[in-house]
Amino acid sequence: MSDITDNSEVANTAPDELPEYRSLRSDVWRQFRRHRGAMIGLVILVIIFLAVFLGPVLLPYDPFKNNVPDRNIGPTWKHPMGTDNLGRDVFARVLTGGRVSIAVGLAAMLFQVILGTAIGVVAGFFRRLDGVLMRLTDLFLSIPQLPLLLLVVVLFRDPITDRFGQNLGIFILVVFIIGITNWMQTARIVRGDVLAIKEEEFVLAARSIGTSGRKIVTRHILPNVLSPVTVAASLGVASAIITESALSFLGLGFPADFPTWGRLLFDAKDLITSQPARVIWPGAMISLTVLCVTFIGDGLRDALDPKLRSKG
Amino acid sequence: MLRYIIRRSLVAIPTLIVISFILFFIMDQAPGDPTSNVPLTVPAEVRERMREAQGFNDPFILQWLKWCRLMFINEPINLFESLTGTCFGSCESRDRIISWSSRSPALDTIYERLPQTLWVLGLGTLFGTLIAIPVGIMSAYKQYSLFDNVGTFISMIGFSMPVFFTGLLAIVVFSVKLKWFPSFYDTTHDVQFTSWSSIWIQIKQLVMPVSILTLFQASSLARFTRASALDNLNQEYVRTARSKGLSESKVINVHVMRNSLIPVVTLLALTIPGVIGGAIITETVFRINGIGQLLITSIRNGDVPMVQTITFFSAFLVVLFNLIADALYGLLDPRIRYE
Repeated sequence: MSDITDNSEVANTAPDELPEYRSLRSDVWRQFRRHRGAMIGLVILVIIFLAVFLGPVLLPYDPFKNNVPDRNIGPTWKHPMGTDNLGRDVFARVLTGGRVSIAVGLAAMLFQVILGTAIGVVAGFFRRLDGVLMRLTDLFLSIPQLPLLLLVVVLFRDPITDRFGQNLGIFILVVFIIGITNWMQTARIVRGDVLAIKEEEFVLAARSIGTSGRKIVTRHILPNVLSPVTVAASLGVASAIITESALSFLGLGFPADFPTWGRLLFDAKDLITSQPARVIWPGAMISLTVLCVTFIGDGLRDALDPKLRSKG
Repeated sequence: MLRYIIRRSLVAIPTLIVISFILFFIMDQAPGDPTSNVPLTVPAEVRERMREAQGFNDPFILQWLKWCRLMFINEPINLFESLTGTCFGSCESRDRIISWSSRSPALDTIYERLPQTLWVLGLGTLFGTLIAIPVGIMSAYKQYSLFDNVGTFISMIGFSMPVFFTGLLAIVVFSVKLKWFPSFYDTTHDVQFTSWSSIWIQIKQLVMPVSILTLFQASSLARFTRASALDNLNQEYVRTARSKGLSESKVINVHVMRNSLIPVVTLLALTIPGVIGGAIITETVFRINGIGQLLITSIRNGDVPMVQTITFFSAFLVVLFNLIADALYGLLDPRIRYE
């Protein structure tokens, strides 16, 4: 559709003053850059990513190795966040913990977005399945998430860790259960959009030249629901990080010697009177990451909204 | 309207039955055992007979149907009796859902724990809503003003900081450093509404948990109210209201407010499941022995009937509040007619 309007503009202007070609992606990026909060969020998030994934490699401390003589040191140049009650460098542990928290956030987001989009597209495209799938969505919306999450983790921890090993097993379990209890919003949004897009003339045109149903979905419908899905995805990362931290905070997430941000908070909360700073570091990292992701989501929402973009 | 509510309630019943089935199915995989608290000196065959007597060896479907009978028939009758002080038939010997760890009816323990949860969650949600709605509408009315920018930023932060972090932060600052408030909630404190000092203790221990929940609730609601009010401020009917000479306060407080609240009501009802999750976290942070803490300890102890009852109870609340939201929707928006 955009090709047609572009061509007509070209036809109306003299050849020597051709308008600069603007792709959708560059338009979105142009609009995104105007959102100051989103840009700051993006920069900080990139820094957090780099710190978390490169930091533990560069730091001279092993986040897992006890060094009891150096325990409970306050912040110094050598240990910028001090050491914990077993002498491990807190900074190194916070960075290592971030790897897991962010990995869980991204993996759970991918899972829920794929599942939600698939169910939304199927419900919107095939009228016969619509009723059943939407009742299913309503049913999942009525299930209280955190209690179910706690229940499933406790019940299935042992069989799954036996199968996949301690850390990977919990990772799979946590990602699966966060994903399975969070796909409903995406599915609802996608279904609504698909229902509207299905009636558009370009879908009719595609159908009239004999395009198969599968091609219509992948070529014509999916690209058009991409923007709401992107926004839902960014919010999904934020909520998945919080949920994982909450789980670890309750002592039901990853095992004790395996740092994640929530786990570090859980370990620090009993030492709150003697070492209050240890509560603050991991908590601040969770909040900062979620804040950045939320701002980016806001920026994306504005940038992907064609009504706002045309003004820019 | 009444017909709509009745029809919706009838749809809610199968939903609840399916949810109870799913929960039961998940719990059935649990390694928990009702005889795990029985002393080890009891021989294995006696143990087996105890399991048999409690119906633990019955097929899954039968166990579920028995549970449904207890949950949907016996417990409501029992609640009605204890509220009205009446007694129908064999009210003393009626079967009830029994907790494995306390050996007493699960719902009695829940009724015991409920007031603490309601105090904290109810006040948090109430204050959060009372703050969020005016702030959100004011933010939208003065879009991009200093008030709007500061308000939006604070709500972004409040929304991003998880309750378990803000709670611990509040404990560090106000209990450990400043020593203003107690760091945990003393549930044994019996509030005497005739004595000021007793009320004061209750207020002091409620301040921190309630303000933490208020901050969280207000942040997400204010963001949403602002967006909803912005949509409405650009509508034609606002221009009409202004052009016929209505005062600005009337335009905002009557016309814009009422229309902006429609989606907010839905969101409020949809956050109730989140609030139950919030109860678990808040009660862990401030050591309140409410429903959330009961759920955590029951999960750790493998107390299957208790966990089933609490999770089902929260699912029931979710369904109930969805119903209430739909009914309110019709009251707030006369364009919606349920026929």
